Amino acid sequence: MSEIPKVLRYTEEHEWVREEESEGVVSIGITDYAQGELGDVVFVELPSAGDTFDRMEVFGTIEAVKAVSELYCPVSGEIVAVNESLDQDPAAVNTDPYGEGWMVQVKLGDVAQLDELLTADEYLEHIEG
Amino acid sequence: MSFVPHSEADLREMLSEVGLSSLADLYSDIPADLILDEPLDVPAVLSEWEAIRRADELAARNPSLVCFAGGGIYDHYVPAAVDHILRRSEFYTAYTPYQPEVAQGTLQAIYEFQTMVCELTGMEVANASMYDGATATGEAVLMAMSVTRRSGVVVPGNLHPHYRKVVHTYISGVGADVRRVEAGETGLIDAAAVAAAVDEDTACVIVQTPNFFGLIEDIEPLAEAAHAAGAMLVAVVDPLSLAVLRPAGDLGADIVVGEGQLFGNAPNFGGPVVGIFAARQKLVRQMPGRIVGATTDVDGRRGYVLTLQTREQQIRRAKATSNICTNQGLNMLAATVYLATTGPAGLRQIAEVSARNAHYAYDRITGLDGVRPLYPDSPFFREFAVATDEDSRAILERGLEAGVLAGVSLARFPELGAPDGLLIACTEKQRRADIDLLVQVIEG
Amino acid sequence: MAGFPLKENTTSTLFEKSRPGRTGTAVPAGDVPEKPLDQMIPSRFLRTDAPRLPEVPENEVVRHFTEISLKNHHVDRALYPLGSCTMKYNPKVNEAAARLPGFAGLHPFTPSSAAQGALQLMYELGEMLVEVAGMDAVTLQPAAGAQGEMTGVQLMRSFHAANGETGRNKVLIPDSAHGTNPATVALAGFDVVELKSNAAGRTDLDVLREVLDDTVAGMMLTNPNTLGVFETDIVEICDMVHEAGGLMYMDGANLNAITGIARPGDMGYDITHFNLHKTFSTPHGGGGPGAGPVAVKAHLEPYLPTPKVAREGDGFYLNWDRPDTIGKIHGFYGNFGVLVRAYVYMRMLGPDGMRRMAEAAVLNNAYVSAKLDDVYPLPYGRGLHESVFSGSELKKAYGVKTADVAKRLLDLGFHAPTVYFPLNVSEAIMSEPTESENREELDRFIAAMRQIAEEAATDPETVKNAPHTTPIRRLDEVGAARNLDVRWSFPDDS
Repeated sequence: MSEIPKVLRYTEEHEWVREEESEGVVSIGITDYAQGELGDVVFVELPSAGDTFDRMEVFGTIEAVKAVSELYCPVSGEIVAVNESLDQDPAAVNTDPYGEGWMVQVKLGDVAQLDELLTADEYLEHIEG
Repeated sequence: MSFVPHSEADLREMLSEVGLSSLADLYSDIPADLILDEPLDVPAVLSEWEAIRRADELAARNPSLVCFAGGGIYDHYVPAAVDHILRRSEFYTAYTPYQPEVAQGTLQAIYEFQTMVCELTGMEVANASMYDGATATGEAVLMAMSVTRRSGVVVPGNLHPHYRKVVHTYISGVGADVRRVEAGETGLIDAAAVAAAVDEDTACVIVQTPNFFGLIEDIEPLAEAAHAAGAMLVAVVDPLSLAVLRPAGDLGADIVVGEGQLFGNAPNFGGPVVGIFAARQKLVRQMPGRIVGATTDVDGRRGYVLTLQTREQQIRRAKATSNICTNQGLNMLAATVYLATTGPAGLRQIAEVSARNAHYAYDRITGLDGVRPLYPDSPFFREFAVATDEDSRAILERGLEAGVLAGVSLARFPELGAPDGLLIACTEKQRRADIDLLVQVIEG
Repeated sequence: MAGFPLKENTTSTLFEKSRPGRTGTAVPAGDVPEKPLDQMIPSRFLRTDAPRLPEVPENEVVRHFTEISLKNHHVDRALYPLGSCTMKYNPKVNEAAARLPGFAGLHPFTPSSAAQGALQLMYELGEMLVEVAGMDAVTLQPAAGAQGEMTGVQLMRSFHAANGETGRNKVLIPDSAHGTNPATVALAGFDVVELKSNAAGRTDLDVLREVLDDTVAGMMLTNPNTLGVFETDIVEICDMVHEAGGLMYMDGANLNAITGIARPGDMGYDITHFNLHKTFSTPHGGGGPGAGPVAVKAHLEPYLPTPKVAREGDGFYLNWDRPDTIGKIHGFYGNFGVLVRAYVYMRMLGPDGMRRMAEAAVLNNAYVSAKLDDVYPLPYGRGLHESVFSGSELKKAYGVKTADVAKRLLDLGFHAPTVYFPLNVSEAIMSEPTESENREELDRFIAAMRQIAEEAATDPETVKNAPHTTPIRRLDEVGAARNLDVRWSFPDDS
């Protein structure tokens, strides 16, 4: 049974989004369900701070031994922080997907886009469907 | 002879067990008008004896020659131990190590090969081999374009003409912008010329050393010129030269490729051979081809597996770094066994003897009337080019009559803009008498 | 059947066996006048440190490679049923032929007059391949199947460009295709359009009709396809693609099923590649070398790579004068040594042998399929030379995955079939026995697969923790990728 924290928002592509204290900044990662499906993560390819992405644009990739998945940006904006520690410890995505496994922080171009994300209940419905 | 073990009785019984009455019934899914009603029009069946006799007849029409031709393929001695290992069923009738638990022989050999390639090239990672030096060069360019996200490629005029053609074919689908840098009067590529040719859209600069004319290029300044523009340096090398020359990896190259045939493989009319490919550690995820890594099993024992497979076509499909699937397994194994039996001292000696033979040949040949060195002031390793007043092809024909392949005719490559002449290479297989015969042949 | 060496036996690397001053071979000293290296080459170019190649005497090298070789499964040991790899027997006479000095010792820059035997062999081989394919012309240059595919796609591009059709930027590929297909298409600068197969695992004509327009360069379709099933609508598929102005490319990986029975050219294909290391018995070599010749219909002949082996009267030569060529795909003329092996094999097969080879391959697979499909369902039915079983029943009922089944088979003396491919079968097991196997070997394989299915029910841990008796057990592939160790670390590395 995968964990789906109520306080977060989600996408159909299995990313989670958390609003941070700084205004208009969110943290992004992949869900517990996604990491379970993927298997042991061996590498995460992330962008650099300063890069900008539109919603649904690919911002990186995540690799397991026998599979690789693209990471889709849930919101439009600019990367303001990247979790460099994933370079040495990609396993954090598996062991702590919502904590140490965070991937990037984005400064939103349009805060309203947050409302278009899935709630925890909607995401649960999505993965069960 | 179809190499099918079944007797007629076996066939009948097996058909009946699957509920069919004839072999033709196996193909009921195929529209009847596609089914051939005549056997294929291919030559009549031969017994094994007749087949090998046929092969013999054809092989006999290619006489054995004392070989002074190079151009990427060199006639070095292959120790008997190499073929002995290659003929082991365990190696040559196995396939890609998809199930590593029953493929440790293949995998360990690849790991050892990768290590040896890194040692020779001065690089940090190497793959399990590519088809040949030419395609390895093409793949290196694609890799540089992908890593830098740029489309400019600087190609030296003295790159092996076949390699240039293959690179062109490899990049024809990806919108590359090719610029050519010509060698100076010395026959070498000048750093200033490279600096003038590169810009912020250059993905890589290719340099071959020794170059096609056998001359040793000065890599370091060329690498600096490339790097100043944010481009990579792709070095194409003669792997034997790495036994005695400072390797391109120590001189600023980002990717090193070359033709590894000379390590343990016969010339084989140009194939199968073995492309070597090595790069800096940080580029490993963009490297094409198979890579073997060491790891442990559930009991903690050391073992080997194919790794970083997510780069490859079977996983990444349309987004793969390359479409390559097979490597040159057996030829790579030959190179590994060769380097193991030869060792660093042996390889050094082979390189020295080859160079000495070439320099002796050069001194004698350039002393002949009607023969001039193309680049008298530039250093060469074991191969050199001379211009000849006489038609080089006539010289070659004369050589054939004397049992000698006197070199490679430069007339084959009008695009090089060189005068007619011969490209002559030496290995440790030639004795003084052979070289003196070559001189006689050229003299006419 | 031979067992494996004891598990305790981990072989150290050559680098660990190396001892300073030990040598393998004696190299000739040469008899030209002595000259030190720095008198021939300026010292600034010279290496000061030797590469750390191993220093090991010859007998130890031979022992080393002999020992590690014993850890491989191979075709000369037992069945090796990798799907679409056609792991058939490699006739030993092929090896003798390839090693004849007139072939092995031949330098590629030898003038044609002294290479007539090689050129003639290539010419005759090409003719046989053209006949097998039902086409008009051939190139022997591609060094492997993937190169053959690259050649084919580039042929499409040149053909369309020559006809002024530069807007054809898409290539259609079924969702079941081998990974090299989309990788090749992307590399050649085209867009991949993936076609969803129908319920029978074949090309869906409605799906195809919808995507066909004047932006389609062509379609790549293996036949039989990767599910092993014959595309029964192939003639219509080819007609549809041709009508839309596209070309049809056959990936010949599965030719072993239909050689001498049906021909790609007759089906309507314009291009087909061969895998000589599959259909025509050249050895797999632990991952190569292969050879991927490409045959074409006459309208594509001008675009074939250069040089092309040509005949003039009684003689043969390499024709470089081909202005419309796609260029050069290999450093020289292809994997000649592999071509020799295929030539000898095809001469020994003869017309009837080719057909019998295919028939027996299909019969052997039918036999295996019939005796396993009650425990390993065939979602798309039995294929021709190969079938794709699904292990999903075992996964659902006992938590035993296809990967576990594959590992357990290794204990029972077989190489596993291809697993998790093609992608449109869940827990896929793609098995191709080939025509080389006798009934007893097939029965042993069937018994082993059935045993594993039983073990899944009665003793799943044995299957999940397999293999147990192989030279090494399951390896930490995650660790291998996370902590890359791709070359030996010497003690004096920093």
